[in-house]
Amino acid sequence: MIEIGLGHYLSLGAIIFFLGILGIFLNRKNVIVILMSIELILLAVNINLISFSIFSEDIVGQIFTMLILTIAAAEAAIGLAIILIYYRNRGSIRVEDIHGMKG
Amino acid sequence: MIIHSIFFYFFSIIAIFSSLMVITSRNTINSVFFLILDFISVGCLFIMVGAEFLGMIILIVYVGAVAVLFLFVVMMLNVAEQKNSWFTGKETKHIHSGLIVGNLVLLELLVVVGGWKYKDDLMSSSTLILSNTSNTHQLGLVMYTDYVLYFQIAGIILLLSMIGAILLTFREREGVKRQSYIKQISRNPASAVELKDVESNKGVKIDD
Repeated sequence: MIEIGLGHYLSLGAIIFFLGILGIFLNRKNVIVILMSIELILLAVNINLISFSIFSEDIVGQIFTMLILTIAAAEAAIGLAIILIYYRNRGSIRVEDIHGMKG
Repeated sequence: MIIHSIFFYFFSIIAIFSSLMVITSRNTINSVFFLILDFISVGCLFIMVGAEFLGMIILIVYVGAVAVLFLFVVMMLNVAEQKNSWFTGKETKHIHSGLIVGNLVLLELLVVVGGWKYKDDLMSSSTLILSNTSNTHQLGLVMYTDYVLYFQIAGIILLLSMIGAILLTFREREGVKRQSYIKQISRNPASAVELKDVESNKGVKIDD
């Protein structure tokens, strides 16, 4: 409990990943919160990679963390652009109002 | 060692609390603020555990760019006032399925952590951490030599996302004059200049 090991960091990553998935499923607001939940999931993946990298003393995990950071930034930019043009066309980005594909 | 554990629990409790508030807060602006708090506390954790460069990159890229982008979009779209009906809406069936799937994912992750205890010895890579150089130096030594192709691909992905975002949000407006390089370059004297013979004491009308 006092000694902080790899398991503590992996548990933190698992909890944040869980909260991100919960945020996607329980969302009743707008699509921006879903994008934020995806950011939380990517952050949890980063925590896992960095803690493995530190505790097994291998630098490659941190390099893959940088690549995931790149993907996260690109995904946020594209997703927010899509949300912006959807709002411009329809005037609402509530999750209940987005049912054009009858899913 | 006890100082280290105190810091770990402090940052991780803040991170978990703020990520909980991201998904449950009523106002979208509050969600963005808690997202920023989450990024900051995880960046502090990274710095504390020894990955200083990535901690700083998290602070700069996530807090400085991504979260501010979210904030811009939330303020542009005027969705901050849309109320959240979490457990009180007319349809609450989605909550059960969401809870079931989320708990299953958490259970699987815990099982993975339990199975990791019986691992083999993984420390046989060629890129082990050297103890006498800084974190940034080690990252640079590996990233620009062995992983330079991944680095280039990351740059291409960023370029593509920039072009995609600009193309998606671009729109032609009516009544706005903009500069057109093609039109400017393709002008020639035959179409741009008109020569007229002006008679004496008559003048010429220009705007016809």
